[in-house]
Amino acid sequence: MLKTLFEKLWTLHEISIIGNGECLIFIDRMFLHERTGSIALKGLEDAARAIKSPQHVFCTMDHIVDTTLGRGDETLMPNGRDFIVATRKSAQRAGIRLFDIGDQNQGISHVVSAELGIALPGSTLICPDSHTCTLGGLGALAWGVGSTEAEHAMATNTLRVKKPKTMRVDFRGKLSQGVTAKDMILHLISQEGTGGGAGYAVEFSGQTVRELGIEARFTLCNMAVEFSAFTGLVAVDQSTLDYIQDRTFAPKGNELKQAINHWNTLHTDIGAEFDRTITIQCEEIKPTVTWGTSPQHAISIEDEIPDPKRETSSITANAMTRALTYMDLSPGMPMTSVKLDAAFIGSCTNARLSDLRAAAQYLQGKTVSPWVRAVCVPGSSQVKVAAEAEGLDKIFLAAGFEWRESGCSMCFYAGGETFGKQKRIISTTNRNFEGRQGPETRTHLASPLTVAASACKGYISAAED
Amino acid sequence: MDKFDRHTGIAAALLRPNIDTDTIIPSREMTRVSREGLKDGLFAAWRYTLPGSREANLNFILNRPAYSNTSIILSGDNFGCGSSREHAVWALKEYGIRAIIAPSFGSIFQSNCIRNGVLPIVLSNNMIKEMADWVEKDPQHNYLIIALPEQKIHWSTGKYFEFELDEAEKNMLIKGLDAISLTQVLDNKIDLFEQKDRLERPWIYLD
Ligand code: SF4
Repeated sequence: MLKTLFEKLWTLHEISIIGNGECLIFIDRMFLHERTGSIALKGLEDAARAIKSPQHVFCTMDHIVDTTLGRGDETLMPNGRDFIVATRKSAQRAGIRLFDIGDQNQGISHVVSAELGIALPGSTLICPDSHTCTLGGLGALAWGVGSTEAEHAMATNTLRVKKPKTMRVDFRGKLSQGVTAKDMILHLISQEGTGGGAGYAVEFSGQTVRELGIEARFTLCNMAVEFSAFTGLVAVDQSTLDYIQDRTFAPKGNELKQAINHWNTLHTDIGAEFDRTITIQCEEIKPTVTWGTSPQHAISIEDEIPDPKRETSSITANAMTRALTYMDLSPGMPMTSVKLDAAFIGSCTNARLSDLRAAAQYLQGKTVSPWVRAVCVPGSSQVKVAAEAEGLDKIFLAAGFEWRESGCSMCFYAGGETFGKQKRIISTTNRNFEGRQGPETRTHLASPLTVAASACKGYISAAED
Repeated sequence: MDKFDRHTGIAAALLRPNIDTDTIIPSREMTRVSREGLKDGLFAAWRYTLPGSREANLNFILNRPAYSNTSIILSGDNFGCGSSREHAVWALKEYGIRAIIAPSFGSIFQSNCIRNGVLPIVLSNNMIKEMADWVEKDPQHNYLIIALPEQKIHWSTGKYFEFELDEAEKNMLIKGLDAISLTQVLDNKIDLFEQKDRLERPWIYLD
C-alpha cells in the first residue's frame, strides 16, 4: 500500500489501538527543560513513579536561565532560581542527562536535540514544549505535550495519541532573493489562518523544500504549531543524512549503515494520498512580517496594514480591530512606515548558525539605528561557539547588537527581562501574542534578514539587494 | 483525577478566536515548580488594571458581579492555542472552570484538559453565539447543565445541544481515570514491542 511519510512513522511506532481513535505510540526520545520539565519530573517523584528508560530522556536549561554573559543560577525572573535548582536536583535523582548552565551542549531544547543527534530521522520525540515540532525538519515525528503527558511518556515509553489526518503543503517554484523559510511559513499561515492545520500532521514538500538546508527546514516545521498542526514534517533526503553524521548521540559504524538504509525509506510514496493538499507558488512569497497579535496577521513588507472593515466575518474583524489597537497601528499604513524600538534575533525558530550568518552578512559594515536596542541570542552554546569561530559575534557587536549566552531569552517573558512596556520589536521568534515579549510589548515577526535590515533602518524594512 | 459526570454552572462568554495559553496564564504568573497557586494568574493581563498588579479591572467579564462563580467558558475558535504550558488548564481548574465550549481548541491544550478533568466541548460558532446571547441576558439565572454521559448541554430553560466526544476520553473523564495507570496495565505489550523494535532499529537504543 502506498503510504505518506507520516503514516510510515506512525505505523513504525504504533504498539496498539486502544479504543476510539486513540493509539498507543512508542516514544523513542524525551526532552525536558527547566520550566515545564521540572514539573513533570516532580510529578513523577511525587507519585513515586520511575522513568522507564532514563537513557532516552534529556534535559536542558533554556527558558528561565539568564542569557547575559557570565551568568550563574540567578535570573531576573522571580523565583527563577528555584526552577533551575529543582531541575538540577530532579535530573540528578532521575539519572537523566542534563545540559546544565556552563555545559558546552546547553541551549534551546529544539536546537540542542537536533545538533546532538538526539532527535533522529524516523524517531518519535516529545517534549513538554509546543515547538518540539521543529524536529520534523529531520523527518522525526516530534510534537509538544503537556507536563502530565511528559510524565506518561517517561513512565511508560509511550503516549496515547489520536491519529491526526495528513496534509501536504507543496511549495512550488523558486523563492525570490531575500525570501527565506520564515517568510514561507508566515505566508502559509497568513493565507490559511492559524487554524488551517488543526487536526493534521503537515508534510512540507516540493522542490523548494528539497533545496532548503536542514536548518531552514527546522524553521518551517517550528511554526507548524502556529498553524495549529499536530506537527510538521519534511522527508529524509541526502541533506538529512549529511546533517546527522557525526552528531554526538547519532549512530556510528555498522548501526549507522543500518540506520541509513532505513532512513532512505522515510519519504512519501509517489501516489500516496493526503487528506488535504495545499499548493503554494513560491514566486508569490515576499519578505513577510506580522502587523497584529496572531501569526496569521502577516503581510508582505511592501503592503499596507489591512482594514478590518473589509472583513466579512465580524469575529475576524473584531479580532483585527483589537489587534490594531494593541499594536497601536491603523489600517492603510505602509508596513515600512512602522518605527521600531528594538530588534531581536534569537529563539528556536531562527537562531541557528545559518540564521546568524544571514543576519551578519547583512550587518557587515552597517550599524543599528540609534533609537533601536538590538539583541542577538544564539540558539545554543554550540551555535555561539561556532559563530564566534567565524567572527560573527564581532560583526554583531560592531553593528551595535548585544551578543548573549544561549537560551530562550526575550522570545517570551518569564517575568524577568523585556524590552519594556509598549516597545515595538521586530523579532525572529514565532509568537506575536499580546504580552508575549513582556507586558504590552508589540511584536512583529520576521526573518533574521528582515530583522537585521529593519534594525539598521529603525523602521520595518526589507533587506535591499 | 477529578471525575466529570454532570455539571451545573454559570457561563461567561469570551467570544474571541485564538485565546492563547500565554493569555490564559501569562509566563510571569508561573513562579513556582508546582501545579498549584495559579488561579490568581488566570487571564492576568485582562483581569487586572496593570501588569503585575492585583487591582481588578472591572470591565473584564469574570470580574463583574453577574459572573461570580463562573465555571463554564464560551469562546471563539482555537481556544488554548500556542504554548503547551499545562499551567493554563491548572489555572482554569483552580479558578473553578470545569468546562470550556469552543468551535475548536489548540490540540495540546485539549489533551491537557482531558488529563486534568476539565471538559473541552466542541460546538459550532452559531450554537455558541446563540448560547452566549441567551446567557448574557442574566448570567446567574441563565445557567447551563452539562451532562457528559448523554453528551448534552441543557439550558436552564430546558433547551439543549448535543455534542461529540471521543469515547475513550469520555470514559476517562467520567471515571476520573489516570492515564499512566491505565497504560501501565499494558506494560507487557510495550515490552514486547520494544524487544522486536530493538532488532529492527538497534540504533535507537542508547544502552
Ligand atoms: S525559544 Fe521561544 S518558542 Fe522556542 S522554546 Fe524557547 S520560549 Fe519556546
